[in-house]
Amino acid sequence: MISDLFSVTVLVGILASGIRLATPYLYAAIGETFGQRSGVLNLGVEGQMLLGAFAAFYVALKTGNLGLAVFVALLVGAVMGLAMAFVTVNLHAQQGISGIGFYLFGLGLSDLLFQKMLGTVETVKGFPKVDIPFLSDIPGLGEIFFSQSILVYGAYLLVPVAWFVLNKTTLGLKIRSVGENPEAADSLGVSVAGIRYFTITLGGTLSGLAGASLSIGLLNVFQQNMTSGLGFIAVALVYFGGWRPWGVLGGALLFSMVNALQLWIQVLGIPIPSDIAVMMPYVLTILVLVASVSRVRAPSALTKSFERDE
Amino acid sequence: MIDSNRLPSGQPRIESLEMRGVSKRFPGVLANDRVDFDVRSGEVHALLGENGAGKSTLMKILYGLYHPDEGEILLNGQPATIASPTDSINLGIGMIHQHFMLVQTLTVAENVALGLPSSRGLLTDLDKVSKRILELADIYGLRIDPSAYIWQLSVGQQQRVEIIKALYRGAALLILDEPTAVLTPQEVDELFVIMRQMTRDGHALIFISHKLHEVVEISNRVSVLRDGRKIGTKMISETTKQDLANWMVGREVGFVPDRGLVQRGEARLTLEAVSCGSDRGTPGLRGVSLDIFSGEILGIAGVSGNGQRELAESITGLRKVTGGRVRLEGQDVTNFLPGELTERRLSYIPEERMRDGMIKDFSVAENMILREHHKMPYSRAGFLNLGEIARHSQALIQKFQVKTPSQETLAKNLSGGNIQKVVIARELSRSPRVIIAAQPTRGLDIGATEYVRQQLIEQRKAGAAILLISEDLDEILALSDRIAVIYEGQVMDILPREAATPEKLGLLMAGVKEDAVA
Repeated sequence: MISDLFSVTVLVGILASGIRLATPYLYAAIGETFGQRSGVLNLGVEGQMLLGAFAAFYVALKTGNLGLAVFVALLVGAVMGLAMAFVTVNLHAQQGISGIGFYLFGLGLSDLLFQKMLGTVETVKGFPKVDIPFLSDIPGLGEIFFSQSILVYGAYLLVPVAWFVLNKTTLGLKIRSVGENPEAADSLGVSVAGIRYFTITLGGTLSGLAGASLSIGLLNVFQQNMTSGLGFIAVALVYFGGWRPWGVLGGALLFSMVNALQLWIQVLGIPIPSDIAVMMPYVLTILVLVASVSRVRAPSALTKSFERDE
Repeated sequence: MIDSNRLPSGQPRIESLEMRGVSKRFPGVLANDRVDFDVRSGEVHALLGENGAGKSTLMKILYGLYHPDEGEILLNGQPATIASPTDSINLGIGMIHQHFMLVQTLTVAENVALGLPSSRGLLTDLDKVSKRILELADIYGLRIDPSAYIWQLSVGQQQRVEIIKALYRGAALLILDEPTAVLTPQEVDELFVIMRQMTRDGHALIFISHKLHEVVEISNRVSVLRDGRKIGTKMISETTKQDLANWMVGREVGFVPDRGLVQRGEARLTLEAVSCGSDRGTPGLRGVSLDIFSGEILGIAGVSGNGQRELAESITGLRKVTGGRVRLEGQDVTNFLPGELTERRLSYIPEERMRDGMIKDFSVAENMILREHHKMPYSRAGFLNLGEIARHSQALIQKFQVKTPSQETLAKNLSGGNIQKVVIARELSRSPRVIIAAQPTRGLDIGATEYVRQQLIEQRKAGAAILLISEDLDEILALSDRIAVIYEGQVMDILPREAATPEKLGLLMAGVKEDAVA
């Protein structure tokens, strides 16, 4: 049965699901990267994802309009991001603590809305696979890379876009300096509050989308706490990726590939206790994080609130 | 053809800038009290004052970081509104902050471009920025590589980046907030060359400092602030260092304290061929032998990084002694814990007072009992005796003239001089037998420096044995009975003060033994 793992069909299957499973991590972690590069740690990603997931699922279920569903998820994420921005930028809350608050809020509210508005687990018709002409016909590679849903393609496109914005634009320069030395940025007329509002709201918006990619892209259901730690993994991936979009992509892929592998191990009935299999990605995260400690320096002003000392 | 109204950078000059009746109040402090100040094109106007006199506040108002409670600013005779740094930058005012406003992880060009509109719209235009940086560097004689990261640069180079940043933004008037505080003497000279060229070219410069000799060397005019008020403005040629010092402090200042005669007693601290490592793993001390006697100040002279830190730390139990013995009043205390040395009344005024001398988030009172908090009368059976602690700290605040709103104020909110007074109060109020004082006046203003030196002399009179480590040769010469010169972890020689001239000491500090010269 172990040998089943090494058949071409299974390998292609694992890689294809690995590529697909990385989607929510990518959206959430790239959003979080923007926030952290500007000096804000948002631990509420998971809560924002849950609300986004519910919103998208509900709209899709009631209207069947997937575009509208995604839009509502983005909006919900943005509102959550704005709230987080207000609490951290204006009220100078401790970021680690307020983030946990937002997580618990999202967890509780999404469950409450689910109980009141749906009550039972239903399925919805999510985003279909879009075959890219010609490329999807390539044996193996086609199925892995070019026969995915539009949300998957979007997540991978986001990586170079994020890299470009951070490194090649004046906005990116401002974001990076606000995260490293807000006093210096302030002294040059850069609005520290404005930049942080932008990045935190962007992070929330992308977290909402990450949630939607789960509930109407990958799984097509909504359940209580369906993210089960995924948002926290996304935060860890930002550290793992050294606060760089390409690094985050590497981490997301590593993580989702191991996840896909363990899913297939269970599907194929390979005699490894399922609990152990499920643990694999998490154990890997911890090991990788420990190994990558101090490889790259975190933004100097990360988690530090900024106030002109007047 | 030179356009006399324009600067070499192409920007229009600021002929005059005037601040009139500017006041700024912070909770509990009147930082600026109706201050008048003006500066003109082509001059260096020094703003002189003790720490906390209100110099930085006044300049932060001019730069738009603070908003004045009253008063007005006139630019070329016209009222100007400066609500934010963006406004002041647009008016041609630049500021070199005491703590550089640079992003360490970015390049020189990125730091310069930050916050400015780009010629490529949303995209950065670093090539163009770099080209302009090189042009400016050429005009003003500031050598700098636009693609270097800030963390790769020396402090002096970082300061040049700050100057370029201001010039790039069209600064005609430059505020330099204690620019020399972080520089080596050579770097100060280089800065002054740049400043002189800038004034020749028509820039207006405001130079903030509390170092008199620098002010006298570089300025055309000088204004003195004290306790938020302006005491006066004078041409440099019409004043003397002594006048300025008296103005700053508000009374007659003695630069060299009167040491008086003290009978030297028994050896209190003895080092026998002490060796230890440095933080980098190289040898820190290599067989240092010293005797320090009761009623004596032994000065340690040397260029920074020749084992001074290791010497202080190996005596105070903070660094492992790998060879030799340390004796305190005859008893072997080699590698004793700091707590055990405290019991034997060894006091330590550490070089890094903010890091090793106190806990900056603790109150003044808590900092004052750090060494003896676990003992009567400050605590009993593990419970702090808060009443006694308050009484004790009140008394010390009085005795050591610490300027603080209350003993509950957090140490970090005090000025540098007062922070050092808290350390001094704690260390000297316990009738120490031996005192290790490392750079005790570094970064302090004239008043606080004078005070600290006076306190050490008092302790000498009381019979303490004092090891004074200082990189300020004037301080060593003013206070010490004997002077030991340290070089590469070894004591080159020990001279009685009468025999020690700056020339002799300078040679020894460079590692040259006199007999070797002859």
